[in-house]
Amino acid sequence: MNTNAPAARSTRRSFLKGAGTVTAVALTIGFEWAGPPRRAFAGPAAPLPGAGFAPNAFVRIGTDGSITVIAKHVEMGQGAYTGIATVLAEELDADWTLVRVESAPADAKRYANLAFGTIQGTGGSSAMANSWTQLREAGAKARAMLLAAAAQEWKVPVADLTAEKGIVYYAAGKRQASFGSLAPLAATMPVPETVTLKDPKNFKLIGHHAPRVDAAAKSDGTAQFTLDVELPGMLVALLQRPPLFGATVKSFDAAAALAVPGVVKVVQVPGGVAVVAKGFWAASQGRKALKVEWDDANAEKRSSAAIMAEYRHLAEQPGLAARKDGDAAQAIKNAAHRVSASYEFPYLAHAPMEPLDAVVKLTANSCEIWAGDQFQTLDQANAARTAGLDPQQVSIHTLYAGGSFGRRANVGSDYIVEAVSIAKAYGADGTPIKLQWTREDDIHGGLYRPMYFHKLEAGLTANGELAGWRHVIVGQSIMAGGAFAGMIKDGIDPTSVEGASTIAYDIPNVDVELSTTKTGVPVLWWRVVGTSHTAFAVETFIDEVAHAAGQDPYAFRRKLLGAHPRMKAVLELAAEKSGWSAKPLPKGKGRGIAVAEAFNTYVAQVAEVSVGADGQVKVDRVVCAVDCGTPINPDIIKAQMEGGIGFGLGAILYGAITMKDGRIEQDNFNSYRVLRFNEMPKVEVHIVASAEAPTGVGEPGVAPVGPAVANAIFAATGKRHYVLPFSAAGTA
Amino acid sequence: MSTTFTLNGKPATLDADPNMPLLWAIREVAGLHGTKFGCGMALCGACTVHLDGKPIRSCVTPLSAVAGRQVTTIEGLASKPAKAVQAAWVELQVPQCGYCQSGQIMSATALLEANAAPTDADIDSAMSGNICRCATYTRIRAAIHAAAATIKV
Repeated sequence: MNTNAPAARSTRRSFLKGAGTVTAVALTIGFEWAGPPRRAFAGPAAPLPGAGFAPNAFVRIGTDGSITVIAKHVEMGQGAYTGIATVLAEELDADWTLVRVESAPADAKRYANLAFGTIQGTGGSSAMANSWTQLREAGAKARAMLLAAAAQEWKVPVADLTAEKGIVYYAAGKRQASFGSLAPLAATMPVPETVTLKDPKNFKLIGHHAPRVDAAAKSDGTAQFTLDVELPGMLVALLQRPPLFGATVKSFDAAAALAVPGVVKVVQVPGGVAVVAKGFWAASQGRKALKVEWDDANAEKRSSAAIMAEYRHLAEQPGLAARKDGDAAQAIKNAAHRVSASYEFPYLAHAPMEPLDAVVKLTANSCEIWAGDQFQTLDQANAARTAGLDPQQVSIHTLYAGGSFGRRANVGSDYIVEAVSIAKAYGADGTPIKLQWTREDDIHGGLYRPMYFHKLEAGLTANGELAGWRHVIVGQSIMAGGAFAGMIKDGIDPTSVEGASTIAYDIPNVDVELSTTKTGVPVLWWRVVGTSHTAFAVETFIDEVAHAAGQDPYAFRRKLLGAHPRMKAVLELAAEKSGWSAKPLPKGKGRGIAVAEAFNTYVAQVAEVSVGADGQVKVDRVVCAVDCGTPINPDIIKAQMEGGIGFGLGAILYGAITMKDGRIEQDNFNSYRVLRFNEMPKVEVHIVASAEAPTGVGEPGVAPVGPAVANAIFAATGKRHYVLPFSAAGTA
Repeated sequence: MSTTFTLNGKPATLDADPNMPLLWAIREVAGLHGTKFGCGMALCGACTVHLDGKPIRSCVTPLSAVAGRQVTTIEGLASKPAKAVQAAWVELQVPQCGYCQSGQIMSATALLEANAAPTDADIDSAMSGNICRCATYTRIRAAIHAAAATIKV
């Protein structure tokens, strides 16, 4: 524990103005203490003069020895700050206890997500995958310059020098110097064009335990979220949005709202009518008193049940081919045994614990934004367009995000644009305004995981061989019309079908079709994106097919994964560790297995459930095997699998956003239920040793839990779930 | 209108609407930001503080209700169980996004202050009102057991 404390403390310190980092590179965020207990928010700290060492965009070394790693990715719980710092510090041979992390400014030239091309942002479990080589090189180059400085100072060959935990050693001459003391001279050394990266067998941090840099600040209440931003003269805004998607303001009466003490202004913006007040309480009282008439002529007024009925009908019509191997229809027609099933998936809200919020300080020629920002350069461009400024006039301070699960990454930057439009309507006079969403705003706010209908058919030969597989998917595209619309090829949004069109099982005839729908409901990716529904359909249906073939569902899958060794290996590992073949469960309990690939990470899970006499399901244990390439931080990998399992389990048991005549029927955590403490199963995580390039872990753990639990319920009861969430059938 | 009470062991007089939820009085008037807003309806526990040593949801507790009483927030945690809980949270690397963790820690501390050796069932009943969307629940349970073990020593 003692080894953890300094690293964690130093993170907190990095948020304090004048924390001792001496550098010529502009700091991105600065907080200062204005005397307890009131915490002031100082805005960006001025760069301090001095002789620090900033060899590249990703690291600064202070003369005090502090290592500041600049993170281009948001920390929203997934461990990105720690992972990024681990990779860079490894090649730098830094002392982990002196490593702090700071968020990068919005700048696609330096900080683009290499997986997204020219956009700076976080998503698709790509933070480590796209940073891996970039940050190893950044760390190695900084190290090479420190060694070059020592070599010059001591007049010895650089090849005779080594570095360990922030110290450069010249063993032959018994000399040593800290990185901090070498920093000024290192800053004058040429940046090497190429560097040799470490042999993985020499890793000291990667694959070992590097404690999270944010654990202490997140255990004593000092971690800074957007909610905690407080600037001199700051006001709080709540926005009254339309009750139906697509409705607009017809008229409003602000008199009663303005009569609430503390309410300063009521302004109309494209998204609705905002009440701007001195604090949240006044703003919320003001919003309650506000009267708005809505024009719902172009609003979505259907019920979700009616939309699903339409999808069911569309599944019988020809769709666009997402994959076509052989002739599945013919193979199924000729089959000895046929199996078919259809599945219904609801809209899902992300419901991160921190309701959406953003602070904007807008003037005639500048816009400063504080947010748990997930798409920095898109948000910068959208904020600039809203404010009537150039993107270069918009600066973004990325703070810790209190969860996201995809919600804060959206190509329209909804909550950022709202905040900027309110600041503009307020007068763009430099008054800082914090837009705060309530939980009800969040649940009603759209940008949901789309609703989907899936229809599957399979044909088995007389010998129980899987001969044909048809999979029809109906639902909205999350990529259509946005910055990532270029991913749509021949009418197929790959995120609608991933996990289905990429089915790993060796089947001679496969047909996957997509019908893309349009509704007035705004949709968005949600943790693990397409696999959040396709893995459920594929993995419960293959289970059903295995049973129809009279075969063990694990053995049936295993023999069809010959072409996918990594997927097969996690399946085998999960089966072995769970005692799949060895230990039968007593009556009333069941065990189910599922495997999925998402973002090039492979995860298999075995769930064990108990079903009570009343039919209530309790998930007792989940055994998880994961292959994410080179494990960078095993403890964070485990944490992400644990968290992914809990997140996915809550969704399949309870998660549903439904509409009645266009109105969202859920409001808060009472009607939009999520997994609670007493419902969390025991989780056991096994990580596959691998030398492959690392892949992400923030999302993939979500995919297999639903089907594994559904298959376990079938094993216990003989009953299958085709409609999500399970609570719809009264068994959750 | 002002309300006087004890905040983290010190007298505090807050000039605010007595109907203002304690959460916002603590955050926006007293300037203590560790206590978080999650639901506004006592459904998620992110706003948990101690009132006379018992965990309460500050988002639905009017400021007037704490007049003359003792309020403790994450910033004021000082008891042996509290320090054991916070140390265990770091040791077992509980937080992910971290937003709910002040509330989790307040609930866990109140549990251990009342019951130094809680069973799993005790932990379930004390913690099921605190939602964590990152689902750090398995580590919270382990950290509460670990903290209990250190208090015993």
